[in-house]
Amino acid sequence: MTELLGMRGITKTFPGVKALSDVTLSVRQGEIHAICGENGAGKSTLMKVLSGVYPHGTYDGEITFDGQRCEFGSVRDSERRGIVIIHQELALCGQLSIAENIFLGNERQQRGWIDWNRTNHEADALLKRVGLAENATRAVQEIGVGKQQLVEIAKALSKDVKLLILDEPTAALNDDDSAHLLDLLRGLRDEGVTCVIISHKLGEVTAIADTVTILRDGKTIETLDAAGLTEERIITGMVGRDLEHRFPPREPEIGEEVLRIEDWTVYSPNQADWLVVDRANLTLRRGEIVGLAGLMGAGRTELAMSVFGRSYGKNISGRIFKHGKEIDVRSVRDAVDHGIAYATEDRKRYGLNLIEDIQRNVSAAGLDKLAKRGWVDEHAEHDTANRYRRDLRIKAPTVNSVTGKLSGGNQQKVVLAKWIFTDPDVLILDEPTRGIDVGAKFEIYTIINELAAQGKAVLVISSELPELLGLCDRIYALSAGRITGEAQREDATQELLMQYMTKERE
Amino acid sequence: MTTTEARPAAPPGERSSRRISINPRQSGIYVAFALIVVLFEVLTGGALLEPQNISNIIVQNSYVLILAIGMILVIISGHIDLSAGSVVAMTGAVSAVLMVNWHLPWFWAVLITVAVGAVIGAWQGYWVAYFGIPAFIVTLAGMLAFRALTLTVLGNQGIGPFPDTIRTLSNGFLDGYLGNVGLGPLGGADVVTLLAGVAAVAGIAFTQWRKRSARLGYGQDVDPFAIFVLKIAGVAVVVLALVVQLARFKNLPWVLILLTALVLGYSLVAGKSVFGRHIYAVGGNLQAATLSGVKVKSVTFWIFVNMGVLAALAGIIFAGRLNQAGPTAGVNFELDAIAAAFIGGAAVQGGVGKVVGAITGGLIMAVINNGMSLIGAPSERVMLVKGVVLLAAVAYDIWTKRRAAS
Repeated sequence: MTELLGMRGITKTFPGVKALSDVTLSVRQGEIHAICGENGAGKSTLMKVLSGVYPHGTYDGEITFDGQRCEFGSVRDSERRGIVIIHQELALCGQLSIAENIFLGNERQQRGWIDWNRTNHEADALLKRVGLAENATRAVQEIGVGKQQLVEIAKALSKDVKLLILDEPTAALNDDDSAHLLDLLRGLRDEGVTCVIISHKLGEVTAIADTVTILRDGKTIETLDAAGLTEERIITGMVGRDLEHRFPPREPEIGEEVLRIEDWTVYSPNQADWLVVDRANLTLRRGEIVGLAGLMGAGRTELAMSVFGRSYGKNISGRIFKHGKEIDVRSVRDAVDHGIAYATEDRKRYGLNLIEDIQRNVSAAGLDKLAKRGWVDEHAEHDTANRYRRDLRIKAPTVNSVTGKLSGGNQQKVVLAKWIFTDPDVLILDEPTRGIDVGAKFEIYTIINELAAQGKAVLVISSELPELLGLCDRIYALSAGRITGEAQREDATQELLMQYMTKERE
Repeated sequence: MTTTEARPAAPPGERSSRRISINPRQSGIYVAFALIVVLFEVLTGGALLEPQNISNIIVQNSYVLILAIGMILVIISGHIDLSAGSVVAMTGAVSAVLMVNWHLPWFWAVLITVAVGAVIGAWQGYWVAYFGIPAFIVTLAGMLAFRALTLTVLGNQGIGPFPDTIRTLSNGFLDGYLGNVGLGPLGGADVVTLLAGVAAVAGIAFTQWRKRSARLGYGQDVDPFAIFVLKIAGVAVVVLALVVQLARFKNLPWVLILLTALVLGYSLVAGKSVFGRHIYAVGGNLQAATLSGVKVKSVTFWIFVNMGVLAALAGIIFAGRLNQAGPTAGVNFELDAIAAAFIGGAAVQGGVGKVVGAITGGLIMAVINNGMSLIGAPSERVMLVKGVVLLAAVAYDIWTKRRAAS
């Protein structure tokens, strides 16, 4: 097969940092090429160089596409040649229809006037091609994120894409949607569309890729043929060391019950009759790590947030017991006062003040502990933040570094520090390792284990079943708002959990 | 997890770091202010920094500066207040009715007027915080409604004159309690004012020194000792020069004392109090603040109450200065206060800004106003220049942010 894309000797420096150093990437015509690497390895930077976000002249090295040398000055230039990127954060306008989104910036028009018949007709054809059974006039915000991903792909196809680049395409998708997406990519490959896929989900990479290129610390480490490639082999390349165990060892010491939730029922705030959580019962014990599994939309986050000071939902009913005594948790303040902490799944939107530094984020939830009569003791605050920076190994020169500039793993550690500082008895961690590279994941697991060892009860919500299996003493499964099963560590398998998670309502 | 480590009792002056803490985004505004002052000092042939003119600049702009303090807090929290000018007029009118028509003692009149300001702020704060209407709309409605109420209260005419105490607060100066002292070629100067200036410099030097020692004690980065001394010396020179000029005219204006107290108080609240931290948290990321247990609604509510109180203060001072509460008082004051906040480095999205920055922004506009009128520029040109300065200031802010990001 011939080479479609060649990137040679790509070096990109930012003030003080060499993000890419002599990177080489060769993608053959008609293959699915996966790029793997830890966060900060340079994957996104490389794709920004390729697509012209960083225009020619701001980097060193040479790009050839379809046998020609390319000097892209902007994203428009690269799209004109048939290179389209779909970013992790989808770039769709929620209020506009599917068809309008597909042809946004590329409108089907006649002398400045939109040809609606052509727009909707061609959109329908594209939707059929990506396997999305939706009316093209429907607003994008009304369809799920999995379908929105397909709209993005349809949009790419409308531009006569030759090279499709997907950045973490399945990060926000449930397993069904992910499987559908991967099938679609295989189909597109057979039609001659070359794909580059950036993914942290190594299972997917081994399942779909023809070739895998591994980046580490801004350098190309190796390019491997995917046939017979194992996840362990990829991880070895990514972290540069053997990760014998993906999970740190732990001796659980489980004590008495700390938190019990009975008949917890929550309705959707937007749709009064939609039962989001249905009579859920669960218990957490001292020193125990409990998992909460469920597919997208099963109500995991909603359950957690409604318990956490009624931060989600309407008409909430049910009872919460702490150490056997019923408590009333009406606000986040109440929850914190009762020793309940919740680290959100979306740390950028809900977890951190990205324009402030580590110090002020760490103290955000426990500021009262650092204050006397309403005045903050800044030196004690600095000390506290510094302590957590050391203990949790947050990689930043000082605690005055702005959190918006940290990597995902370090941001997550700041969120954890914020909640650990409130000294909770119960920690609810919602997707604690989402978008975090393998090395940092191990560190987060270590922190979780230490928290349990200190006698805290930890509830971990995760979409990655292997993570729950590796980490938890006990796992609840949630399906359509109901707890459909509970498995002890010894009995839990992916198959069993999946069975629970897909149980239909009787 | 191990927590405590023996804190090294660092000898002062030795643990200085390599890094000099100059942030272009923050210091840019002060440099710009200095340049503008120098520019107009040259253009006006020295008239700008004449003793009487400095005094004028402070007295004439005190009410906008007071509004700017409230406005910067509103803007940091991610909101805006378009009603401030109308509230100034309304509270001025209320104070006039109380003092002139009803002959209430000035103290009670001021107290009641400030309470009225608080109620107005609470009214707007309720709709913004608890009902969830954008502040832009609530305060736009307030801008119309409170102007209308002003006209009702005043019965469409100006009410005055005010008691002497109020006029002294707005326009007057400290008495020369300790007499004058000769400063050679500079002539006579008021001793109390000079002492206040020396005390201010000593206070600044002392608090900075304590802050530095404490930071060293905790092993944090500080400026090298020489830079530290230079910074203090620079501040001392500016403050003393200002004080000497004021002392040569008519002593310290009362509003300057009030303004200094407000700036110090609010800087402390913004920087060091739990409430102040919550303002920044709410403006920086509303959802994250909510999920961290910050009582977001109550914070927003009290920010607007505070804005109403400061607007009432500005209303009394403005009415006292004109010696009359009039129906057109305070028109466009809110825009000046908003401009001051943004020139002073506030971010449009909220979460960023400093009280001192807003004051500096207000002073930049004041100096431009004053300097241009001294050189006889027509008012339309003054407006044009102020517009350009506002745009340039925010453009600079965004540019530095973007440069830092890439």
